[in-house]
Amino acid sequence: MKWPFIRLLPREFHIDFVRLAPFAAIVSALLVLGSVGSFVAQGLNFGIDFVGGTAIEVRTKGPVPLGELRAAVPAAGGHDAQVQGFGRPDTAIVRFRTEGNAFQSAERVKQNLAAKFPGMEFKPPVVVGPKVSGELMSSGFMALGIALVLMLAYIWFRFQLQFGLGAVVAVFHDIVLTLGLLSITQIEFSMTSIAALLTVIGYSMNEKVITFDRLRENLRKYKTTPLREVINKSENERLSRTLITGSTAILALAGAMFLGGPVLFPLVSTMVFGIVIGTYSSVYVALPIILLWGVKRNDEPAEPLKPAGVRP
Amino acid sequence: MITVSRWRIILVVLATLYGILFTLPNVLPQSVRDSLPGFLPKQTLNLGLDLQGGSYLLYEVDTKALRTEQLTNLVEDSRTALRNAEIDFTGLGVVNGEVNVRINDPTKVEAAAKALRESVGGALVGVAGGRDVTVSIQPDQRIRVAYVAQALDAQAAKAVEQSIEVIRRRIDELGTKEPDIRRQGANRISIAAPGESDPKKLQDIVGQTAKLTFQMVDETADPVQAQQGRLPPGSVLLPGDDIQPFYVVKRRALVTGEMLTDAQGGFNPQTGRPVVNFRFNGVGAKRFGDATAQNVGKRFAIVLDNKVISAPNINEPITGGSGQISGNFTTESANNLAILLRAGALPAPLTIQEQQTVSAELGADAIRAGAISLAIGGVAIIVFIILAYGLFGVFAALALIVNVLLILGIMSMTQATLTFPGIAGLILTLAVAVDANVLIYERVRDEAHAGRTPIMALEHGYSRALVSILDANITSAISAIIMFQFGSGPIRGFAWTLLIGVITSVFTAVVVTQVLIGWWFRATKPKSLPIE
Repeated sequence: MKWPFIRLLPREFHIDFVRLAPFAAIVSALLVLGSVGSFVAQGLNFGIDFVGGTAIEVRTKGPVPLGELRAAVPAAGGHDAQVQGFGRPDTAIVRFRTEGNAFQSAERVKQNLAAKFPGMEFKPPVVVGPKVSGELMSSGFMALGIALVLMLAYIWFRFQLQFGLGAVVAVFHDIVLTLGLLSITQIEFSMTSIAALLTVIGYSMNEKVITFDRLRENLRKYKTTPLREVINKSENERLSRTLITGSTAILALAGAMFLGGPVLFPLVSTMVFGIVIGTYSSVYVALPIILLWGVKRNDEPAEPLKPAGVRP
Repeated sequence: MITVSRWRIILVVLATLYGILFTLPNVLPQSVRDSLPGFLPKQTLNLGLDLQGGSYLLYEVDTKALRTEQLTNLVEDSRTALRNAEIDFTGLGVVNGEVNVRINDPTKVEAAAKALRESVGGALVGVAGGRDVTVSIQPDQRIRVAYVAQALDAQAAKAVEQSIEVIRRRIDELGTKEPDIRRQGANRISIAAPGESDPKKLQDIVGQTAKLTFQMVDETADPVQAQQGRLPPGSVLLPGDDIQPFYVVKRRALVTGEMLTDAQGGFNPQTGRPVVNFRFNGVGAKRFGDATAQNVGKRFAIVLDNKVISAPNINEPITGGSGQISGNFTTESANNLAILLRAGALPAPLTIQEQQTVSAELGADAIRAGAISLAIGGVAIIVFIILAYGLFGVFAALALIVNVLLILGIMSMTQATLTFPGIAGLILTLAVAVDANVLIYERVRDEAHAGRTPIMALEHGYSRALVSILDANITSAISAIIMFQFGSGPIRGFAWTLLIGVITSVFTAVVVTQVLIGWWFRATKPKSLPIE
C-alpha cells in the first residue's frame, strides 16, 4: 500500500486537451441549444414560492399528524405542499399550488383530505401570493448582473480582458445548462433552486480563476511556446488538483444526494451537476475563447506579480 | 515558513478559541446557557423557518384608510385646480366616497369641469388614454369627481404589493432573518419570521405606517376654536406630545419621508437624549432650506403618522440638508424609527388580525435524514483528504474543523439565519476550502519533484498557491459583497453565509495549516515530505 494515496496519482499527464476542443464545442452548442429549446418549449416548473397557491387552515380532533398530512396533500392533488403546525397542536396550515381552476382544485384537495382524515375541519381556502416577490427577483437579478460585471473587471485587472470575458461566457454557459437541466427534468423551481444556482456560479467562477492562474504563470515561464501548447501543459499540470478537488466536492454532496431525502435531492443534484459543468466549462469554454482570441505576451512583467492582498 | 512567527501562532490560537467559545452555546442545553456568566456568549445559531418554525403575524392592509387619504388628496387637488382656474366655489368635500363641489357662477361650471379633468387624477393603469377619475356635471351647479372602480382595485392591489416590499426592507434592516412574507387573499399579508424572534419587536417594526412629514405650525389659529372644530381652511388639528397636547398645522407638507436618504439613531450632544439624525436628498434639502428661510422665528411640526412628535422653532435657515428629530425617544425607539424611515413608509396603515406560532416547514424525519446525510458529507471530506494526503491531510482536516467552528461561531454571533439549503451550501464551502489545501499541497509536490529540499518546497508551494487562492477567493468575496449589498431577503442571507465562508476558509486553509506544518517540521526535521 502506498499511503497517502496521492503517491498513486501519476506525476505527469500528457493529455492533448486542446485537440478535443472542437468536439467539446459541438457538445456544448448542442447542450445549450437543448437547454434553450426546453426552456422555450416548456419553461421552468415554477413552484409555489414563485406563483403562489392556496392555503387552508385545518383542525383535527387530536394533535395534527403533520408527517402523514405532508405525505397526503400531494396525493390529494396539491402540488409543492407545505404543512406547518399553526398556533395550537390541533391546528395546521396547509399550503399548496393548484393547476387549472384554483377554487375547484382546492375543493378537491379538501374533499380528499376529509376522506383520509375523518373529523378534520377546514376553514375556507384563501389565495396566497408568492414568497418571491417581483422586487426580490429584480433586485436579485440586478445584484447578479453587477456581481458578474465586477468579477469580470477584477479578472481583467488581474489577468487580461479576454480572460474576464472567457470566464463570464463560461459562467453563462453553466447557468444556461443548469436552468436547462431544471427545465428538462421539470424539477420544482423554488427559492432553493436559486440558492443552488448561486452556488453553481460561485464554484464555477472559482474554477475559472484557478485555471487562469496556472495559464498566466506558464505564459510567463514559456514565453515562446505556442499558446495551444501552454494551455495543454497548464491543464496537465493542474489535472491532479482538478481531480482531487472535484471528487472532494462531489463526495461531500453524494451523501446528501442519495440519503438526504426528497427535500435535499433537487438542491444537491443541481449542485453536483453544476460542479461537473463548471469544471468542464473552465477547460472547454473559457480556455478555447482565450485560445481563439489570443493573448498579449510580451508586455507582461518578467517577475510574477505579488498577490494583490496582504498575506494573512 | 518554518520559523512560524509568534503573532501568527497567537492569531491561530485566538481564532480557534473564538470559534469554540461562540459555537459552544449551540451544544449546551438551555439551562446551562442561562446560568453562564454574563461575559460569555449565549447566542445560538438562528435556524430558518424550514428547520425550526417561528412566529406568524397576519395583517390587513387598511384599504379604507387608503381611500380616505386618497379622497383627501383629491379634495386638495381639486381645490388647487379650481383656484388656479380662478373659479369660485363652495361646499368642497367628500360625500359618499366622491368629491363634491358647487360652482358659484353657473356660467363657469363647464370651465370648472374642464379644469378638473385636465389636472386632477392620473393615468389609469392598463387602459391606454384612460383616466383614473371621472368628472361629471350634476344638477344645481354641482360637479362630482370620483375614482373609477377599476382604479380603486388597482390602487388597493398596488398598496398591498408595496406594503410587502416595505415590510421586507424593514425586516432586512434587522439582519438576515429570512422571513416568509406573502399576500394572502385580496388585502392581507402574512409574515412568518424564524425562531423566538420577538413578536413584539416584529410588530413594532412591521405595524407602524411611518409616514413622516414636516409641516408648518399654524400660529394664527385660535386654539379654543380649533378644538371645537373651527379650523382655518388648509389647516388641521393633530394630537401632540407632553408639552402641548395638540397642534394646529398647515395641511401642506414642506417635506415628506420619501425625501430622506438616510436616518440613524443617535444622541443629542447637548442633552444626551436619544434622537434620530437624518439627511435629505437634493429635492428635500432645497425645499426644506427654502421653507426654513421664509419662516425664521416660526415653528414647524415633525409629524409621524398624524401625530406631532416635536415642533422646534426655526432659529435660522436650515440649508445643510440634514437634521435631527428629537422627541420622547428611548434608544430603542429612536433606532426603530430610523429603521422605519430608511425602509420607507407603508402606503396604507396595517391592522393586525392574527398572531400565532408556526412549526417548522419541514418534517422532523426530513430534517433528521438531511442532517445525517450532510454530516456524512462533512466526514467524507475529512476521510478523503486524510486518505489522499496522509499527515498533511490530517493538518488540512484540523484546519477544516477550525473553519467549521469559525463559521458557526460567526453565524451565531451575527445571528445569521441558517436554512437547510444554507447547510448544503456550507458543505460545498468546506469542499472549496479543501481546494485551497489541495492547491498548496499539489504545488509543494511539484516543487519537491523539481528537486527542491522540503523546506524550499514548502516555502515555494505556499507562496505560489497563495496567488491562486487569493485571486479565486477575492473573486468570490466580490460577488458575495455585491449580493449582500443589492440583493434582498434570502439572497442577502445566502451572500452573508458565503462571505463568512470565504474569509474563514482562506484563513484556516492557509494560516492554520502553515502553523501546524511549521510545528511538525521543527519537531521532526524530516528529510522528505509525506506527500512526495
